[in-house]
Amino acid sequence: MTKFVQLLLQTLTLGSLYALIALGYTLVYGILRFINFAHSDVFTFGAWIAFTLATALGWAATDSPVFAMPVIMVLAMAISAALGFGIERLAYRPLRRAPRLNVLITAIGVSLFLQNVGQLPATFGKDPKVMPPLISAEPLFTVASVRIPLVDVALVALAVILVVALQWLVYRTKLGQAMRAVSWNEQYAALMGIPVDWVVSLTFMIGAALAAAGGVLYGLKYHQINQTADALWVLLGLKAFVAAVVGGIGNVRGAVLGAGLIASIEVFGAGYVSSKLPDLFVFGVLIVMLLFRPAGLLGNAAVEKV
Amino acid sequence: MRPPPTPGWLGALVRSTWPLLIGLAFAFVMQNVVALSIGDYYSKVGNAIGIAIILGVSLGIVNGYAGQFSLGHAGFMAVGGYTAAAIVYYGSIKLFGTKAIYGGALGPGELLLCAACIVGGVLAALTGWLVGLPSLRLRGDYLAIVTLGFGEIIRVLIKQSDDVILSQPQVEAADWWTLVDNLGGGFGFIGGPRYIDARNPFWVWVFVVIVCLVAYRLKYSNRGRQLLAVRENEIAAEAMGIRTTKAKVSAFMTSAFFAGIGGGLYAHELGNSLRPNELGFQKSIDIVIIVVLGGMGSISGAVIAAIGVTLLPELFREFKDYRMIAYALALVIVMVLRPQGLMGLKELWEVDWRDVGRRIVTAPGRLVRWVASAPTRARAALKAAADRRQEDRS
Repeated sequence: MTKFVQLLLQTLTLGSLYALIALGYTLVYGILRFINFAHSDVFTFGAWIAFTLATALGWAATDSPVFAMPVIMVLAMAISAALGFGIERLAYRPLRRAPRLNVLITAIGVSLFLQNVGQLPATFGKDPKVMPPLISAEPLFTVASVRIPLVDVALVALAVILVVALQWLVYRTKLGQAMRAVSWNEQYAALMGIPVDWVVSLTFMIGAALAAAGGVLYGLKYHQINQTADALWVLLGLKAFVAAVVGGIGNVRGAVLGAGLIASIEVFGAGYVSSKLPDLFVFGVLIVMLLFRPAGLLGNAAVEKV
Repeated sequence: MRPPPTPGWLGALVRSTWPLLIGLAFAFVMQNVVALSIGDYYSKVGNAIGIAIILGVSLGIVNGYAGQFSLGHAGFMAVGGYTAAAIVYYGSIKLFGTKAIYGGALGPGELLLCAACIVGGVLAALTGWLVGLPSLRLRGDYLAIVTLGFGEIIRVLIKQSDDVILSQPQVEAADWWTLVDNLGGGFGFIGGPRYIDARNPFWVWVFVVIVCLVAYRLKYSNRGRQLLAVRENEIAAEAMGIRTTKAKVSAFMTSAFFAGIGGGLYAHELGNSLRPNELGFQKSIDIVIIVVLGGMGSISGAVIAAIGVTLLPELFREFKDYRMIAYALALVIVMVLRPQGLMGLKELWEVDWRDVGRRIVTAPGRLVRWVASAPTRARAALKAAADRRQEDRS
């Protein structure tokens, strides 16, 4: 029982992280129909920006004020949103009408660029850093003799709040309506007076902000943040992306569902089957899913017309 | 009109083998003249270039000709590399009773290496068949994801292998079949004989010549044109009677075969470490960079890009932090300004050099004019925006 609760807790925290990243992938795919490979690097940058801010503001010690975490979170999200805006404006907008493969390669280029710029001594450097503990790691309460720390609760709660807010944004506001219109048909949306460029930019900014929130939470939960090109980040981003695809890329609820599914496969697979093979399960699920239901769990299969 | 004379079998044999013979002569010269005259350091760089050419040209077959974006080339490389390394290491001990280099040039040891590379290539091609199957259903970016997933799975599987490399007496005692699992796990497959080094680049160049020849002949053959048709428009290609599935899967297999050979050579080059983490996603991206920069579908372009991508970092060692940044920027800029890659489909000898020369000569003038006209254009854009706002209000 204890083990089960432990694994469940891990699934929840990891799933929340995956969901925050997967939403960015899915939003961009929904609107522009391309995979933003640079998205996971925005997540990485979010963690590093949070670290830089925390040290710059002098909150590196344990006795940082209560408002430290929200302030850093909001700032990191804002800076990353600006980053997302810049990426879209400089790299992707000139290719809006280009074949999808070219955009994909460009996205890989942007990803490599971010990874390696982040390693320069002038930016974040190559050494792994320890994220200052802005939230206490003291156990908040105990379930089945598993102590649940405040960090985990905050992580899951924040992820849920952000996901619900996004859901509201996409389905209940004018902006969301515009986003859905652009994703339906860019040209018709433009004819209806929707500022397509602006909507696309905003989508990128929202995705980047969510990823940055994920990055900050990752730093708070796992403490260590590695250099930006570290294989760990790349793998984390890939799995979040797998989550988006499995859930049905382009679909907000699907991304959350996929994140939960991938996280549970990974955590429970490692816990009960083999601790060495979780990645194998994750990518196996991806391939099986793409073979038998390429649109994902909640996606609609697009019919290709001549 | 008379049909062209059909050559006899002797003529056909000569026609089809002379490029190969010239290639062998080229490899021989690389081994006995060039490697000795440029010194060990640059000869070693030359080996890296050769392997990069094999990987780049082979990826060009599936990525450039067939237009199927594969992000798992390092996976095929790993399959071939591990197969070849295992065959050579365990085979040397079983057959020759030593794990050191055995025999001289073209001796039994080197022939074992050659055979092992080919077996590795065949296994990689079978893996390519497996990966090619999903391309029946998926296109574009989804295919890229599947190949990426396959590459990761291969890497994880190799990582799970037994991490003990058996010593010589243990291998001699063991059965053939029990050795399959001992691939070194996460630590990597180390300790095998390294047949390729700065003084012995022969086999690298042999396979470079073979892959370039095959890619060239494929490109101008019926099959190559089928692949190009699939790349341009799959539905139209199918309507023209091309069996697109078969064409795509065979492209995958050919490409994977040579990637496997490249992996086998990589595994036996002195100084390379055959570790699962070296053959991950990043390696695949490195190969993609070669293809994209060289031109999607250009063999000579891939060769030039492989040389540039390998040689330039060696020449500018002090800027090595900026190397990947420069690649990344180059990738984005090429995609924005020249989506077909630097050479596009053209080979070196098909380029209209006079036109290129004219463009280069006029480039400064055009740049000056472009910069000089910037204020005018900006003003026009602002005015257009203001007009639009005016219209909105009215």
